Amino acid sequence: MSYQDLEFTREELARYNRHIIIPGFGEEGQKKLKAAKVLIIGSGGLGSPALLYLTAAGVGTIGIVDFDVVDDSNLQRQVIFDIREIGKPKVEAAKRRLEALNPHTRFILHNTHINSGNALDIIKDYDVVADGTDNFPTRYLVNDATLILDKPNVYGSIFQFEGQVSVFNYVNEKGERGPNYRDLYPTPPPPGLVPSCAEGGVLGVLPGIIGSLQALEVIKVITGIGEPLSGRFYTFDALNFESRTFNIKRRDDNPVNGKNPTIHELIDYEQFCGMRAVEEKPAKEITAKELYDWQVKGKKFKLIDVREPSEYKIVQIGGELIPLSTISEHAGEIPTDMDVVFLCKSGIRSLKAIKELEEKFPFNNLYNLKGGILAYIDQVQPELTRY
Amino acid sequence: MATVIIPTPLRKFTNQTAKVQIEAGTIGEVIDRITLDFPELKKHLIDQQGGIRSFVNIFAGDEDIRDLQKEKTPVTHSTVISIVPAIAGGSF
Repeated sequence: MSYQDLEFTREELARYNRHIIIPGFGEEGQKKLKAAKVLIIGSGGLGSPALLYLTAAGVGTIGIVDFDVVDDSNLQRQVIFDIREIGKPKVEAAKRRLEALNPHTRFILHNTHINSGNALDIIKDYDVVADGTDNFPTRYLVNDATLILDKPNVYGSIFQFEGQVSVFNYVNEKGERGPNYRDLYPTPPPPGLVPSCAEGGVLGVLPGIIGSLQALEVIKVITGIGEPLSGRFYTFDALNFESRTFNIKRRDDNPVNGKNPTIHELIDYEQFCGMRAVEEKPAKEITAKELYDWQVKGKKFKLIDVREPSEYKIVQIGGELIPLSTISEHAGEIPTDMDVVFLCKSGIRSLKAIKELEEKFPFNNLYNLKGGILAYIDQVQPELTRY
Repeated sequence: MATVIIPTPLRKFTNQTAKVQIEAGTIGEVIDRITLDFPELKKHLIDQQGGIRSFVNIFAGDEDIRDLQKEKTPVTHSTVISIVPAIAGGSF
């Protein structure tokens, strides 16, 4: 059914009145929203405001992709959730909040990890995608899937105080296709050069701003009003309150839709992002259960916690605190005559610490706690505080 | 003096400086100078072949230097150079 054939009830006309009276938007723009199907990938920091505004705006069908459950530490920025939803699947919690906001919107829930096996199936029935995920493999996956399926992709990304927005793969009224993520960033950073989210952090209001800009661009793409942020790349530095809009172009060497494409289907994005690169000498690791075994059996070993002091205050399991950034300075204090276990929140920073130490010093007794303190809490001491 | 804007993720390598003034004639010289002044920046900006890393975009004014003359892009005292690395945060 075309959007022109849609009719609004009196309640809808009243509800959307502030849209309909905008010159150039009108009932036609509102009907286009009602006819539209939008997929929001990630219902976290960026997805929260995008979902709230797009639902309030009257988008007819909204799909939500998320595999996670609501955690208390999400509430600092994920404003769609509240304390009653802790422990519940995010997609379901989001739907409860959004249905209370707009009964005229239909929600489709995808309570799953989006991956190369399911992405095309999930995305194919939507008109527009908004990417609010939190890692490079999924960014490239969503980008390639939207290219293969010919959908516009409204991109937003954040880190600490910095945000980025663009509209990828948008075809304008002249039929000209705009650039995409692979034109902007041909390859991802190798994992060692990316600060993990646990160290990086983000100011809670920043995803509110960037996710709202994504909602704005989704509405522009659907209704055709104004100039979508296609071929342009917006950056916002919240700390200095400086924003810049750069021009970006398509590249002939884009492997998906350049002159000589070499990628025709979805690939293994974790491998593409170097996450499964074969390492010459993998670090030794132990599981939370094994660590607990060592503890109860009274084995002689040392436990080093490489998180930040603020995290240590939330929860700790008896490790000596040496933050990752100071690990090399303290190398002399790390014993060589017994096994040493390194831990952090999820096992990434502790691995970095081990790599750094092994690179600079002749250690061969260092173990990484797989899954970090979160795995230890899950498997050994569930009464401890998660964050 | 051209102005280089350092993004938040890289400020820890520039003593938290957000803007650096550099006397240089081309983007390549700007990169050379800035990595000399702040050596820790180097591995984040330059790959093993000596080129600018493909996940780091450099803009001269509003334009991507890949659309200009890449490292040979001329800069003047009024050029604002932005370093914009890929960031992926969103839902965490």
